[in-house]
Amino acid sequence: MSSESEAVGGARPTDGPAATHARAGAEAHITVRNLTMAYGDFVVMRGLNFVVRRGEIFIVMGGSGCGKSTLLRHLVGLERPAAGEILYDDENFTLANAAERQRILRRFGVLYQGGALWSSMTLAENVGLPLAQFTDLTPEEIREVAALKLALVGLKGFEDHYPAEISGGMQKRAGVARAIALDPDVLFFDEPSAGLDPVTSRLLDDLILELRANLGATVVIVTHELASIFAIGDNSVFLDAESHTMTASGNPREMLTNCTDARVHRFLTRGGKPPT
Amino acid sequence: MAGEATAQRAEATLVRAADGAVTIQLAGVWQLHRGIGAKAAAIERELTQNGKPSRLGFDTQRLGSWDSALVTFLARIEEFCGTRGIVIDRAGLPEGARQLLELAASAPPQSTAAAPQARPPLLARTGAAVLRVAGTGGSALEFVGVVAIALGHLARGQARYRKVDIVTLIQACGADALTIVALISFLVGVILAFMGAVQLEQFGASIYVADLVAIGITREMGAMMTAIIMAGRTGASFAAQLGTMKVRQEIEALETMGISPIEFLVVPRVIALVLMMPLLCLYADFIGVFGGATIGVGMLHLSFTTYLKESAKAIYPSGVLGGLFKSLVYGILIAIAGCYQGMKCGNSAPAVGECTTAAVVDGIILVVVACGLFALVFHVIGI
Repeated sequence: MSSESEAVGGARPTDGPAATHARAGAEAHITVRNLTMAYGDFVVMRGLNFVVRRGEIFIVMGGSGCGKSTLLRHLVGLERPAAGEILYDDENFTLANAAERQRILRRFGVLYQGGALWSSMTLAENVGLPLAQFTDLTPEEIREVAALKLALVGLKGFEDHYPAEISGGMQKRAGVARAIALDPDVLFFDEPSAGLDPVTSRLLDDLILELRANLGATVVIVTHELASIFAIGDNSVFLDAESHTMTASGNPREMLTNCTDARVHRFLTRGGKPPT
Repeated sequence: MAGEATAQRAEATLVRAADGAVTIQLAGVWQLHRGIGAKAAAIERELTQNGKPSRLGFDTQRLGSWDSALVTFLARIEEFCGTRGIVIDRAGLPEGARQLLELAASAPPQSTAAAPQARPPLLARTGAAVLRVAGTGGSALEFVGVVAIALGHLARGQARYRKVDIVTLIQACGADALTIVALISFLVGVILAFMGAVQLEQFGASIYVADLVAIGITREMGAMMTAIIMAGRTGASFAAQLGTMKVRQEIEALETMGISPIEFLVVPRVIALVLMMPLLCLYADFIGVFGGATIGVGMLHLSFTTYLKESAKAIYPSGVLGGLFKSLVYGILIAIAGCYQGMKCGNSAPAVGECTTAAVVDGIILVVVACGLFALVFHVIGI
């Protein structure tokens, strides 16, 4: 699997977290107001309020089963909020009609936990499908764009492979290529490092930084991987399973030194005690 | 550690000393593969019946090798004593067992873990089952509505799907089914002819076997048998494929991309099956008549041409067209049942199995019920 190591070969991320943090003062891109998420009578989270600014890498963190992925499903419109609302650039996504919803959805790119590539299609067809559905490109042009997107994630030459024929790490990267097919405004990543070895997971982090730098997209990542959180996160919320709400928000590195909430601190330090 | 040769039976005996101190004497080899037995229950009974002590200690001088069997026993005794206010003195226990007990007790109880619910009474379960069935009916109707709207989009050229998918699906549920449809309808023709032959031969009316087979196959059996084959073959495949896509989040990936999974996945399947069913049914009609002919020629000694001529005379257009129309409706029912089950599949491997089973069962039930309704309606309007 030689391509695995040359995944995001070449240039290192030009834009370190420190440099990008400066521009996090930009306008709000995603606004979540008083969001309550519930499955039937069971309230997963209530009273979520946060703003994701344009161009930042926003981390949704919390212990297993706290509702991180549920929040992501709400943000991308797979679930309806029990209360509250989600706004994209001041457009209300929760109350949008079908046509508006479709328009907002088209600006999303989503990477699912297992990649969720369409298994009956080749990688080029996977990346090409959104292009074929939403642009007027000819089949040849679509193939070229798809090959370019696959090359961006280090999968040059794998255009005609089926998802089942490549490794898990490569499937994730192909998922990224599909997510960026239409040059989205917002990229959502659901547990990007789940099931990847530390090196591959690091390469994926670098890829995320590069994509943000080059596409200017806002990135929302659901993860509990501390290395990633500290390496690439500009801003974050911490979802607490016991109180069913968010107990902290802000830059994760600053949170580590400033946050006095015991559970947040325990999470960020893998079980350590909060500063007194 | 006690070897196999010296291995004794695991024993736990409650010893009450004269000064009122109570000790559990542990002896022998405590291993899971030898079973745990009812030792804890015996100790508990003894503690309840003969007065409860304030402290409980352990004596492990004769204890052989041990594993989780011992720890399980100890955990149960500790829980029993904990609820009755008996203080446990772990000092006599082996170091390893003590640490395991401490570890098991130290994990904080999960506040989010739902308490296991008691089995509700029969009446409540019956009510819940009825509501569930009623709910299924409603959601199935809703699904039909959503598919109808998507078909409307398709008719107006607004649906998002890949033409190549329809072609592939047409091959999968048309051409690829020819062999099995031929085999089954040939045999159905043979069976019909054989049953008819045995009776009609007694009246010297064997030639009417051709009429019986021709009418039976074209009116009912051709469409019916094709539908049952396709429910088992294609309905199951639709449900399994969509169910797996659901499990792998492939359907969600379509949704968040702004592509309706109904338009992209369900509509092509419904169209492919609805287009192919009448063709398969016509094919089954022909093969079925030939199946009958083999009995006519082989058993009743009719000539092949006589048999075919008699068949042609018996077949009437409205019967054949009625059969083809029925097969078209069966195609819709099977495709909808398969896709509906696939789209509402849960998120696990057993769920895929269940949705596939349900797709086939629902498909066959719907086909047979529809067949009964058709018989009634055709009789009333006189076809």
